[in-house]
Amino acid sequence: MSRPPPEPVQVIKQRRDAALAILVNAVPYIRFLGMDFDRRGDELTAILRFDTKLIGNPALPALHGGATAAFLEVAAIIGLSWTLLWERMESGQFDPAALDPDHLPRMPKTIDFSTDFLRPGLPRDAYARARVNRSGRRYASVHVEAWQDNRLRPFAQATGHFLMPPGEDA
Amino acid sequence: MTDPQAKTAQRFIAALPHSRALGMQVEEIGGGVARISMPYDPAFVGDPATGVIHGGAVSALMDTCGGAAVMSHADRPVSTATISLRIDYMRPATPGQRIVARAECHHMTRSVAFVRAVAWDEDATHPVATATGTFTVERAAVVT
Repeated sequence: MSRPPPEPVQVIKQRRDAALAILVNAVPYIRFLGMDFDRRGDELTAILRFDTKLIGNPALPALHGGATAAFLEVAAIIGLSWTLLWERMESGQFDPAALDPDHLPRMPKTIDFSTDFLRPGLPRDAYARARVNRSGRRYASVHVEAWQDNRLRPFAQATGHFLMPPGEDA
Repeated sequence: MTDPQAKTAQRFIAALPHSRALGMQVEEIGGGVARISMPYDPAFVGDPATGVIHGGAVSALMDTCGGAAVMSHADRPVSTATISLRIDYMRPATPGQRIVARAECHHMTRSVAFVRAVAWDEDATHPVATATGTFTVERAAVVT
């Protein structure tokens, strides 16, 4: 029995990172917030780099609830889009080389988004991870949790429902 | 807007760096009701294929407007923070149009304020989004 040798690790990494970068860089609002994504295999961590324009209450100071909710919503949408893209990329149905800013996969649309503010957001970087709890042909349910210094003390969490882009059979 | 409390509320909103970064403008405030608008800006786009504003920017508008409604309530809280906020997105906001949110603090207990909000673009007959939120109420310390 012989099978083709595995692809070199750099080739795989380069392909996955390029696909993620195209997905993220296409959205102006992600740049406006100053967000990045860190990838480990298929796991994404969203990062919100602290900036004074994210402040709500300057007296505390604390992150604006709207900035926190927006960060969670972006983390959920990119997390869900990435899951869809990952499956198609790894099964070979989809070649990321064909992905360019003019041929992007359609984004899921938010139906509703519910945020719990657990503690004030401190004036420093924040992180978030999304978990896709349900991903069907038409609807998805995603939970997302955000923390700062301590992973076990989230400062906000949210659940959102999303309408899947057409033609994304999952 | 001559009411001194309305002026205070307007100053409070103008002092929020994130609301300022999103270009928010207070249209009307007082008696537990606030109307705040946000301009269309290509930097706030969430879906590059359609040019539609990101839901996150609409969330920030709803949150600011909800907090402003709480601050303008007759009970005069000295500060507030969001406990929870749920947004339902009815339809995409039309690219190029300003979004206006109206929030109403319809009930306030000693420590919690309850808020309902609606957002429209130039088509005022079909809401873009609705929201419900709960906010903390920080009252001035009672001097004895």
